[in-house]
Amino acid sequence: MSARLEVDRRDFLRITGLAGGGLILGFYLPAASPGAHAAVMPADSFSPNAFIRVGDNDRVTILVGQSEMGQGVLSAFAMVIAEELEVDLSAIDVQNGPAAKEFFNPAFGALGMQLTGGSASVRGFYPLLRKAGAAGRAVLIQAAANSWNVPASECRAEHGNVIHIGSAKHARYGTLVAAAAKLTPPADAPLKDPKDFRLLGKPAKRLDTAPKVNGQAIFGIDVKLPGLLTARVARCPVFGGKVAKFDATKAKAVAGVRHVVQIDAGVAVVADNYWAAKKGRDALDITWDEGPNAGMTSVDINDILAGAVAQPGAVARNEGNVDAEWVKVAKKVEAVYEVPYLAHATMEPMNFTADVRKDGCDIWGGTQSQTWALGAAARITGLPADKINVHTTLLGGGFGRRAEVDFVIEAIQASKAVGAPVKVVWTREDDIQHDFYRPGSYNKFTGGLDASGKLVAWLHRTSSASIFAAHGFGNPPVDDAAVEGAKDLPYQIPNLRVEWGHVEPGIPVGFWRSVGHSHTAFTTECFLDEMAHAAGKDPYAFRMSMLPEGRHKRVLELAATKAGWGKPLIEGHFRGIAQQESFNSFVAQVAEVSVADDGTVRVHKIVCAIDCGPTVNPDTIEAQMQSCIAYGLTAAFKGEITFDRGRVVQRNFHDYQILRMNEMPQVEVHIVQSTDAMGGVGEPGTPPVAPAVCNAIFAATGKRIRRLPINTTELRRG
Amino acid sequence: MANVFGRCKTKLTHDGADLRYTFAIQTRSNAILFGRKEKGRLMIDLKVNGARQSVDVDPATPLLWVLRDTLGLTGTKFGCGMAQCGACTVHLDGQAVRSCVKRVSDAAGKEITTIEGIASPVAKSLQSAWVELDVPQCGYCQSGQIMSAAVLLSENRNPTDSDIDEAMTGNICRCGTYIRIRAAIHQAAESLKRGGK
Repeated sequence: MSARLEVDRRDFLRITGLAGGGLILGFYLPAASPGAHAAVMPADSFSPNAFIRVGDNDRVTILVGQSEMGQGVLSAFAMVIAEELEVDLSAIDVQNGPAAKEFFNPAFGALGMQLTGGSASVRGFYPLLRKAGAAGRAVLIQAAANSWNVPASECRAEHGNVIHIGSAKHARYGTLVAAAAKLTPPADAPLKDPKDFRLLGKPAKRLDTAPKVNGQAIFGIDVKLPGLLTARVARCPVFGGKVAKFDATKAKAVAGVRHVVQIDAGVAVVADNYWAAKKGRDALDITWDEGPNAGMTSVDINDILAGAVAQPGAVARNEGNVDAEWVKVAKKVEAVYEVPYLAHATMEPMNFTADVRKDGCDIWGGTQSQTWALGAAARITGLPADKINVHTTLLGGGFGRRAEVDFVIEAIQASKAVGAPVKVVWTREDDIQHDFYRPGSYNKFTGGLDASGKLVAWLHRTSSASIFAAHGFGNPPVDDAAVEGAKDLPYQIPNLRVEWGHVEPGIPVGFWRSVGHSHTAFTTECFLDEMAHAAGKDPYAFRMSMLPEGRHKRVLELAATKAGWGKPLIEGHFRGIAQQESFNSFVAQVAEVSVADDGTVRVHKIVCAIDCGPTVNPDTIEAQMQSCIAYGLTAAFKGEITFDRGRVVQRNFHDYQILRMNEMPQVEVHIVQSTDAMGGVGEPGTPPVAPAVCNAIFAATGKRIRRLPINTTELRRG
Repeated sequence: MANVFGRCKTKLTHDGADLRYTFAIQTRSNAILFGRKEKGRLMIDLKVNGARQSVDVDPATPLLWVLRDTLGLTGTKFGCGMAQCGACTVHLDGQAVRSCVKRVSDAAGKEITTIEGIASPVAKSLQSAWVELDVPQCGYCQSGQIMSAAVLLSENRNPTDSDIDEAMTGNICRCGTYIRIRAAIHQAAESLKRGGK
């Protein structure tokens, strides 16, 4: 690390005059030393990456390093800055910043990552944004006070103005920026008292809506450049396979096809436009070496997963002595729960644009990980990081898929190979068949009740592939992404053990909205329901009796109360309940369902309670809960990736179906007024949906759903 | 014109998919009318958002890619390429069509309207409602959602929930903004009533 960086680290906040008149407030949180992924970041890239610019036209521009994929991060950051800086939200413009160490999310600490994931943007940056806004307010007030020759304590800021209390003096921020730029910002400007918040915690309009309703919003797939070529890549349909040989003659005969080049992922057909690239790839004569997975089927994978729980696994949590308890229990219940592999299926198919030149490289697109994208570009081009520019566009959905850089690498390699700017565009079939899937998981549960019906023993053996191992986070004995939620079971059970069996069936796996929680909530909250039933107890009361005082209990109670738990329902309607803490937020949901004689399940309503600590924009929280629920319902009812001959069987939305308008339930969101630690909102609404719905299906039919997606033919009556 | 027919007839023997195009060109006079040869190339005349455009593309190219790649109108989105998701929805003579499976030659001579060109009171009321209710999340599918909703409201100023289901179920939103889409369509319908339109 350079000496300059050491200085920067002591300067939490720095101020620079802006050419053309303006004030740049740059700030940088002294995080722990960056990890391996951060090694490519330039050590001294501070000056162009300031977070806030106040212009002499009173406009405030914020550079945000986090990616906007629908979760509302750009608007949320603007709200926090506007609150402390004392400007109106309408005075703020938000832009995506470059890849830079200043944008490492403090929430990821030593990992050193500019990555949008883990529902960590607002909670990671919140203190930093508030401090920066407050410091900006302080220097602007000081600049005004100096010009009026009055103490700063007699001045306050309001709506982008500094006002002298007790006189008529006031000044717009824009008139103060030149003087403010010469001041030293205070390291500890006082933050606003939350009771004085004008914006935070109150519903506000997003800043990115207008261009999203008139076609002007620019996603990665919309990037335009002079001389831009479009590529489609042929990839081996079998995971782990590679190109044996190819003949480009027919592909090159297609009008508009310019180049056919081999890259790591396969063969790229590079053409004047998408349609020519598509036809060229269709015409490409290619032979694959399918590798060791060529014969693999879902049955094989299931056998591997099931085999792993036939024996003890790595211990993720151990309380009391489960093994000694089985002889004492009055009732023992066993069950097996299974979840499939899942694709992300973002609406915008994967794509990325790269312009690799001898002296530099620019890449454009929707990425959740600027750090990894920059690292890939540096590795492939051999260029120093300061010659590489990462331009982040809007993301047409992320859900964890765009944290991967496979499509980024394709674009960079294709551009490098042909010496021109290239946009790689995937088809939907590419997207479904070449994902980094939510790993399938096999779960064997054993639960024990004492004579009074108290849950006294819980053994959960789960198996899956390791997402962490696949992403360079080491290969620990227990992958937290595999057991999160399961090992954090909040219920007070005296004897409890959670074990994980690590398997690697050869399918690429990745972070899928709510990651491990996406299946551990389903398996644990459904099996818990089984235990409640075995104990002859109400599922809600059973849970409440085992939860310690605190946020779990509070949020579960709120959901149950708002849903009218225990009160009569419309005839034929039934309720189920579930809760899960994830990403520091606590969510409980009550599902109301009916099941027709033919087994068709209708989800009428989800009542959702969330405690995510202090809120920024409750309207966004409501939207994210709706979104999480839709995502979770798709997984519960439809989502399943299967494998045959080493290939993904599903191809497009006709056989990898997504929840549609007519299937969306009513969603009621209740937000706990909380001053506890802040949690995320982009993911925590997903985990409880499937178990709440499946527990309601049990209430309706007496049939347990132990495998997703729900097979409604098993629910047929008669 | 004879050359145009001749070329298509030759193709007919190769590929079943091209049969449809040939059929269209032979039986629908407008398809002939708006295709013409210029400097030895077949040019297709389109009317997009009220403006005439002449494009030199393979007549079998889906309209989607002509809009996006040839004309630079990127508001219309690619989602699936097989009319499953509705992200590519545009209007052809006022009807919602999936431009990812609509050959550009079949759009010749028709009024093509994209998200960039919608200007009717119905469309404006929808866009306003979309903004007021903060419908979009990632926003990628929303052009298609609005284009589908615009046809619904043009034909039915007072849609019920089941009317909305019927009209909108072809449009996938992976962010799950369905609740707000439904509310925004109702709100737009209300505002049109108040406006006396």
